[in-house]
Amino acid sequence: MDAIDKVLVNQLQDGIEVCQQPFAKIAAQLNISETDVVRRLRRMREDGVLSRFGPMYHAERMGGSLTLAAIKVPAEDFDRVADIVNSFEEVAHNYEREHEFNMWFVVATEKPEQIADVIEQIEAMTGLRVYNMPKEEEFYVGLRFEL
Amino acid sequence: MSDYALNSEKGSFSLCAADRKIILATQQGLPLVPQPFDLLSEQLGMTADEVIARMQRMLDAGIIRRIAAVPNHYKIGYKANGMTVWDVKDEYIQEVGKMIGDLSYVSHCYRRPRFLPEWPYNFFAMVHGRERSEVEDRVLEMAEMLGDKFRQRDILYSSRILKKTGLRLDGGRRSGQPAKPVRTAEMASAQQNSSQIIGKGS
Repeated sequence: MDAIDKVLVNQLQDGIEVCQQPFAKIAAQLNISETDVVRRLRRMREDGVLSRFGPMYHAERMGGSLTLAAIKVPAEDFDRVADIVNSFEEVAHNYEREHEFNMWFVVATEKPEQIADVIEQIEAMTGLRVYNMPKEEEFYVGLRFEL
Repeated sequence: MSDYALNSEKGSFSLCAADRKIILATQQGLPLVPQPFDLLSEQLGMTADEVIARMQRMLDAGIIRRIAAVPNHYKIGYKANGMTVWDVKDEYIQEVGKMIGDLSYVSHCYRRPRFLPEWPYNFFAMVHGRERSEVEDRVLEMAEMLGDKFRQRDILYSSRILKKTGLRLDGGRRSGQPAKPVRTAEMASAQQNSSQIIGKGS
């Protein structure tokens, strides 16, 4: 990554406008072509520096529902449980964390009532209790990763 | 014309079939070309003006938070990702949410339910740092700010990403049908990219 890549990552985290040539402004600012901008973005996405580039949809405002859930998984059973949890399309992220509550995953569904179904199915298939911790309130945050 | 009418939190915003096509086509990302909305409109058989107008409307309604680059924080050096959890006294939760949300190194903060006695924490804040020591310094700073507004706290570091995909609308399934465990192509590639051990620093 060079200095131009870093500026692109820093600035494009705030978003582009929806217009015919959304990269024209940043290209002009950096004195490079729009083709160069998109080539760099494509490379960073392929290298995994960017996990994605595009619209970030607000699940709840689309009528969908999201929750964070945790399981205390016995160490010897971890891989089996991870396979079960990951096999659900509704599980968007799943992280192992160093704690007695060692598996944390996000369940996203189109309809709020489907969350409980997914959790019940995971409990039935794993034989373990799923702690459902939906957000009760979201506080405003403004993080940006600065390079 | 609208086969789906999903209500937003605020008022009612209905997503019609055309909006839904746009969502399905872009939830994995935008084509990276100089005129992405033109290309998208060709793929969808709409005019570019229509795609742009519909996406602008979804942005205005908050259905799209923004159209942006999402960095992989591990890859750019933020290797320590600590989920900090706090047992905040209920009467202070609003005040604490505002204080912590203002900190530049906190990416999400939420109030969530406790499960007593095993899980006493009702406030979660994700803290990112280059090293664990940086996360720990920040947590000490937070604890000092909060004083006696909380009783106890902990930090849960991630040791492995087991799965990471974008949030997806499912094109076909309707509610009521069982959630079939399906391993999609995207998921397999996400696992390929991300199911490695994050490393000691994380």
